[in-house]
Amino acid sequence: MKETTVPKTEYVIEPGRQELTSTTILDAPRELVFKAYTDPELFARWWGPRRYENKILKYDSRTGGEWHVVQKGEDGSEYGFRGVNHEVLAPERICQTFEYLGVPGHVALQTATFEPLGNKTRIVAHIVFQSVMDRDGMVASGMQEGADESMERLAELLAK
Amino acid sequence: MSSDQLSLTFAALADPTRRAILARLSQGEASVTELAKPFDLSLPGVSKHLKVLQRAGLITQSRSAQWRPCRLESARLKEAADWVGEYRRFWDESFERLDEILQEMINKEKSDEGDNRAQD
Repeated sequence: MKETTVPKTEYVIEPGRQELTSTTILDAPRELVFKAYTDPELFARWWGPRRYENKILKYDSRTGGEWHVVQKGEDGSEYGFRGVNHEVLAPERICQTFEYLGVPGHVALQTATFEPLGNKTRIVAHIVFQSVMDRDGMVASGMQEGADESMERLAELLAK
Repeated sequence: MSSDQLSLTFAALADPTRRAILARLSQGEASVTELAKPFDLSLPGVSKHLKVLQRAGLITQSRSAQWRPCRLESARLKEAADWVGEYRRFWDESFERLDEILQEMINKEKSDEGDNRAQD
């Protein structure tokens, strides 16, 4: 049996810009990664922190199809997200709009690209918001919770 | 912190010279003259940067001492860093779960193949 390792994700989050990029390598062929992204039952099992349960209201993984997912916390709090799939190109790319319904109208464009690396896959996720304020404010309000390890982040922020 | 304040902080952090000034101040207080020296900046030039940092709440300048040292206000920086942390936590955990599901799918494929071979 193969050892399981926690995937290491690299983030590029530059101050003052309206975009974010994250890169991660997973130990699975990209056809499977693509399936985990586009199959609603599989997607519901991995997207977001474990303490939230994903309720899939719509998940049409075709070009032009809509998606609408609600993350439900143990305390009953709900966070809705929706968008439209602009392009779904199996097994290499998904380009879609993304809107956090807590702050409606601030729509971002996100693209996930799946690159084959032998039996592994590199996932490059790029998201561009309408403004720097959208990037900094919207994501923070949708994903709140106290932080401890932030001085480490501070060092990274300053090192850029 | 409101998203307006956060934007102000991030806008202040967008400049490499200002980040270098903050990095210098993370080692301890420094006067305006001391801060200008390593960056080859004029005093008015460095003062402009310091004003932006002050408005963003990232530094304060003492009025008591005659040399008016600048000091890093780490609380505001911590808030900006927390934001970056939130986003990362969301996706770190998502990818961790995705990895688990993928391994499950791979193992299932392997056992299905095994079953098929047994039937042949």
